[in-house]
Amino acid sequence: MAKSIKLRAKAKDGVATVKALISHPMETGLRKDKKSGKPIPAEFIQEVVCESAGKTVLSAQWGSAISKNPFISFKFSGAKSGDSIKVSWVDNKGNSDSLESNIK
Amino acid sequence: MNHNRRVLLKGSLAAGAVGAAVGVGLLTPKAVMAAWAKDAFEAKDVNAAMTGSMGSADAAASDKIKLKAPDIAENGAVVPITVTSNIKGTTNMSILVAGNNTPLTSTYELGPTTEAYISTRVKMGKTSDVIAVVKADGKLFSTKKEVKVTIGGCGG
Repeated sequence: MAKSIKLRAKAKDGVATVKALISHPMETGLRKDKKSGKPIPAEFIQEVVCESAGKTVLSAQWGSAISKNPFISFKFSGAKSGDSIKVSWVDNKGNSDSLESNIK
Repeated sequence: MNHNRRVLLKGSLAAGAVGAAVGVGLLTPKAVMAAWAKDAFEAKDVNAAMTGSMGSADAAASDKIKLKAPDIAENGAVVPITVTSNIKGTTNMSILVAGNNTPLTSTYELGPTTEAYISTRVKMGKTSDVIAVVKADGKLFSTKKEVKVTIGGCGG
């Protein structure tokens, strides 16, 4: 699941605004395949963790009610341009991905 | 913006002990990851989902939480939700959709420097209230807004 994350982080006046877009089907397990009528197995992200400069700034738990290709945005203070920022996720099937970038 | 930041800074100082405790917890993200709140996410009613995610269903209504959501969502599969809390010492946030099969959509644990601002997109099965619950200094606050859904986002 490489390259599932798009990440932008910008620092302004010490406050970083982070925006992340993750490519993921986020299947609830309730939908049925229209042709075969069989339920599509659930596949959704359960955990999202964001770290900056070695500290966890946000840890999120998600259910299946988060939209397909999830988007998340948040802010944190004490950030400066060039700090590292890392977003990682784990889904209910044990798949995971992470991306490290720098704050602009 | 700057005002919010001051308030938050003051809040985190006032809630120093709480913040430190949270900070210690946050240093071990692996441990956090192991504890996906299964019961809360599978709970069928709002109270059980809130108890599971935030520890209690007893939240005081507060106008200091700003919940930005569309009045009418044309597509229930993608409803943009933004929650901003102006309550001092906000440490946790949850977003619930009252009308969904399992109301809890997501829950967030904020780091000591993280601002009480979350923006994401959720699915809604039908017209219902969106509820934002915030934990600050161990107390719960909530606010809600009704979103009309014209096409459901759950099920085929």
